[in-house]
Amino acid sequence: MSLHFELVTPAKLVRSEDVHMVEVPGTEGAFGVLEGHAPFMSTIADGEMRIYKTAGAAPEVITVSGGFAEVGDAGLTVLAEHVGE
Amino acid sequence: MASLKELKGRINSVKSTQKITKAKQMVAAAKLRKAQAAAEAARPYAERLSGVMASLASKVGKDDNAPKLLSGTGSDQRHLLVVANSDKGLAGAFNSNIVKAALVKAKALLAEGKEVEFYLIGRKGRPVIRRTYPDKIGVNFDTTSVREPGFNEAEQIADELVGMYEDGRFDVAHLFFSQFKSALAQIPTEQQIIPVKAPEGAVESDAVVEYEPGEEEILEALLPRYLKTQIFKALLENNASEQGASMTAMDNATRNAGDLIGKLTIQYNRTRQAAITTELIEIIAGAEAL
Repeated sequence: MSLHFELVTPAKLVRSEDVHMVEVPGTEGAFGVLEGHAPFMSTIADGEMRIYKTAGAAPEVITVSGGFAEVGDAGLTVLAEHVGE
Repeated sequence: MASLKELKGRINSVKSTQKITKAKQMVAAAKLRKAQAAAEAARPYAERLSGVMASLASKVGKDDNAPKLLSGTGSDQRHLLVVANSDKGLAGAFNSNIVKAALVKAKALLAEGKEVEFYLIGRKGRPVIRRTYPDKIGVNFDTTSVREPGFNEAEQIADELVGMYEDGRFDVAHLFFSQFKSALAQIPTEQQIIPVKAPEGAVESDAVVEYEPGEEEILEALLPRYLKTQIFKALLENNASEQGASMTAMDNATRNAGDLIGKLTIQYNRTRQAAITTELIEIIAGAEAL
């Protein structure tokens, strides 16, 4: 059970991998995305995104700013203008 | 008839020119590979963004209260021509082709009685446009301080354009840049960037997508980003085109210089031989006279 997750910036495709859960800083509050999430789209606030490779693992933190997240059949796609690790 | 010394000087000067063109050609070839890779890397973002744009615009775009960036100001009287050029020459007809396309468009618009203003990116287009339309150059975006225009520049340009648009300084913006086909072919292209033309081909899905905050808010946030991406893409294409054009032009120049050196060398050798023959004739004639 895994969620396909992609992080894309204008310059390149930063991540494309299968993960357990991703926590995204949405403009109206952070939300976590697991596999099988309903189709959803939200703009994101500047903040930290947490990627959980497996359940219970320590999250990997990536700061993102300016962009939006889209959850569809293909998984979660985050389009961010600036990404810092 | 040029003297031996003169010929030698000319051969040497052509040789040093050839060295320069050859070096520039190799630099351009290396940079072209990099520019192509950059253009390649930017594709996923642009594709996903236009996918989202298409599906959102098809839902919201028909409404009367659609964002101004999408629906336009309702008039098309004042046009802004955004011309993207490079800062360096030695790229064949690369810059002049873009400028030519922009000037043709400007002429057509003026003939229709519209107002035209230029927004220049890069240094090379300015002198030519200033000669034709000295009073129509509005802004000149300076890219000389950075090595290659990147997303930061695209962001600044887009922000400035949106600001000007919201101030009501123009109704329609066209972007002129060179599309990269191959190292041999670069196509000067005109693209309308404001009002934003929504990409076609929205994927219809039955799934009910939930939007946060709302469809319209997202679209509003999306439009400037889409504009940035368009400009960024144009800058990347332009960069690849510039390197391609430069490579081709410098390859030709190197070959021409080689031909010229060959011709001059033949002439040099003939002249030298003629001088030796004359000397010999003089000696033999002198000896016979004794």
